Amino acid sequence: MSYDTSTIDQETQDAISVDQAKGDFSFPENHKFDAGVGLSSDTVDYISNVKDDPDWVREFRHKGLKTFLDKPMPTNWATKDLENIDFDKIRYYLSDGQKPKRSWDEVPPEVLETFERLGVPEQERAFLAGVEAQYDSEAAYSNVKEELEKDGVIFVNSTEGLKEHEEIFRPWFGKVIPTGDNKFSALNSAVFSGGSFIYIPKGLKVKHPLQAYFRINSENFGQFERTLIIADEGSEVMYMEGCTAPKFETATLHSAVVELVAMKDAKIQYITVQNWSSNVFNLVTKRGMAHEDAEIRWIDCNIGSRLTMKYPGVVMKGERARGEVISIALANDGQHQDTGAKMIHAADNTTSNVISKSISVGEGRSTYRGQVHIPKNLKGCKNNTECDALLINSHSKTDTYPAITVRGNQHVTQHEASVSQVSEEMLFYMEQRGIPEAAAMSLAVNGFINELAQEFPMEYSVELKRLVELEMEGSVG
Amino acid sequence: MTTPAWFAELQEAAQAEYESLPMPTRKIESWRFGNIKQLDFEGFTPEDQTNITLSIPDLPEGVICMPFEEALEKHSDLLQQYFMRNTPRLGSEKFAALHKANVKGGLFLYVPDDVVVETPIEVNHSLSGSNKISFPHTLIITGKNAEVSVLDRFSSANNEDAGLCIAVNDLIAGEGSRLTYCALQEVNLTSRFIQINETTVERGATAKAFTLNTGAQWARNESLSKLNGEGGHSDMLSCSIPSGTQQFDQRTFQHHAAPHTNSDLLYKNSLHENAKTVFSGLILVDEDAHYTDAYQTCRNLMMNDTAEANSMPGLEINADQVKCSHGSTSATISDEEIFYLRARGIPPHKARRLIALGFSAQAVDKIGNEVLETAAFEAIERKFATL
Repeated sequence: MSYDTSTIDQETQDAISVDQAKGDFSFPENHKFDAGVGLSSDTVDYISNVKDDPDWVREFRHKGLKTFLDKPMPTNWATKDLENIDFDKIRYYLSDGQKPKRSWDEVPPEVLETFERLGVPEQERAFLAGVEAQYDSEAAYSNVKEELEKDGVIFVNSTEGLKEHEEIFRPWFGKVIPTGDNKFSALNSAVFSGGSFIYIPKGLKVKHPLQAYFRINSENFGQFERTLIIADEGSEVMYMEGCTAPKFETATLHSAVVELVAMKDAKIQYITVQNWSSNVFNLVTKRGMAHEDAEIRWIDCNIGSRLTMKYPGVVMKGERARGEVISIALANDGQHQDTGAKMIHAADNTTSNVISKSISVGEGRSTYRGQVHIPKNLKGCKNNTECDALLINSHSKTDTYPAITVRGNQHVTQHEASVSQVSEEMLFYMEQRGIPEAAAMSLAVNGFINELAQEFPMEYSVELKRLVELEMEGSVG
Repeated sequence: MTTPAWFAELQEAAQAEYESLPMPTRKIESWRFGNIKQLDFEGFTPEDQTNITLSIPDLPEGVICMPFEEALEKHSDLLQQYFMRNTPRLGSEKFAALHKANVKGGLFLYVPDDVVVETPIEVNHSLSGSNKISFPHTLIITGKNAEVSVLDRFSSANNEDAGLCIAVNDLIAGEGSRLTYCALQEVNLTSRFIQINETTVERGATAKAFTLNTGAQWARNESLSKLNGEGGHSDMLSCSIPSGTQQFDQRTFQHHAAPHTNSDLLYKNSLHENAKTVFSGLILVDEDAHYTDAYQTCRNLMMNDTAEANSMPGLEINADQVKCSHGSTSATISDEEIFYLRARGIPPHKARRLIALGFSAQAVDKIGNEVLETAAFEAIERKFATL
């Protein structure tokens, strides 16, 4: 028995494109503010002027631009595909000049329709504690449930955060991820706009998740949101982000910086379902700082984009802090999911866990890149890393590049990775029981990620399974 | 002795290549976590005279086994065919060129089809003189279904002279042959050591390459194994016991270029005092190399709180129907293990030593040749006697 794994049949193609079509629509552009094409110090000034930045922010941006221009592309270790980004052809700031609305009724009709089609208001009614919806460079809608506001929860966009809440915002802004961390964090520092600022007061456990949705509507656009979440002592919060863009002929750039700060005993869960269209370069820096007894979990799912490079990290700064990354990646034709995790142990008895599962379909390529660092003079640190890769077709590719540094003999680290495929026996077994081949394949793949999919909130895990089912269908032709 | 024209040309080109290639920097992945400072050879000159002895047992007819220079004279054609055919890929391209331009001494071994050499051939290298570089070469070729094993020892003439050894091995295992190579590096603690190993495994052949590192202030081992034919099997084994301020930098590459091949890598490092190790491994499965089985394991035993281990176990899989896994661990001896031995009357320091010894021995057990295993065990014990 043999499978012709080289072709994808029409039915599958339809199934996949139905799904992609969910985010594949756009409206005519209606921008009052447009920073034009290309990047220079004028672009940075334009953004600063439009946003009426305080001087310290303007300075921060210019420093970011300089660092960005000085830093080389990291192609000594990363894919050469990065060279295909033409920074002179990208539009760095587009907005209609409106403030984010507190009610969907006030949101411009085409923006409202966009988010209606993506199901955002519906989800908000169903299970969310607050929502921010970003359209190109700025948030169109931002609202948080009244009772949370009364409790002192702040959930606004970054512009509002740095102006209205400078005393909380500024001490942490750029501290978890310094401007010069990498070329793209520097770029974000220069032109950032949008993203969320969240503050959870001491002891408050927010029951329902907060959500942000990032939408790109315009061609040749670069979206550079900046998110900072601070969970004060003993508080808990779950934050979810989703994203889509229409499929344009030209490349679109999304380069976010997300910083999390979990104070003593606090807990932050950050969930991402990334479903950018396949023309988006998704180059994101995400890192959290966990103080004493705090916990930060990144739950990261990457299905879309042309190239994603994203390695969520946790710096465990206080004793007994915990860091975790749960990662699911699905790389289809023309996609490269280069994802992973960074665990920096900086105090005694800190523990970290990384579980990554990737699936490569068709000509897709998935890469795990990880770093675990345990410096001198610490004791009792533990790390566990597991990476499993599933290859579906004969042209699918997968790579694993972890780096583990351990100093001292009072720690335990382990790293394991495996690569496998859905065996012909497994498919044969299911087909014998009357399950069609495509469905059998889908079942096998869902079985592979099931354990991790359960880490997502129910509403997301259902969506995730459906997405994977669609992407997988008929990949064995 | 007259140097063949092709060889003189090759050396001239290699010298030019050496001069044109840039010095590695830590920005290059293949030198990540590495110690670039150790690459300063200022004041070092090639040694005037090699100090290598061969112990050659009675050999079956047709086997060619002689010092490298002699082979250059007598079997120039064979050397031309096999000598450093490939450019190394693991970071030391520049030093391989330097080796090529200055190669002196070493072993040439050719075992014809269907010939089995039962007793291992032993080579002893002794580094002598201060600030001298030696460039020994080992070239082993096995014909169809041939069998041979080689023990390569590296030591220093005394404990003081700072030497540098840039050694290159080419192990070419022909169809269905069995080639076993074992290198024991025990040079003095002021010396540096670079070993570049390339193994080629043809259809149905089994190659085993084992390296032990107990000596040198700094050693860099690059080991590549290329599986060219169906049924090829490669074992890549290493046992390192750094102590004091010794630093060992290990880079490996398992290249599966044909379907139905398998490779198994096991690197065991036990780190004492302020020792530091770097392990970076890659399994590459080419697009058509389906049905590959490849395993890679690096284990670090941390014996002191001041030791540092870096591991980068990598995989690049471009084929289907493969079974690949890699694992890397860093841990210390657990209190339970010590307790178990103490309960049997063994004092704690002795218990720790026994466990560390057993840990290192696991890589040795896989060599599968009694003479070589015994030699390796003795070297391990020599090291433990100094700890």
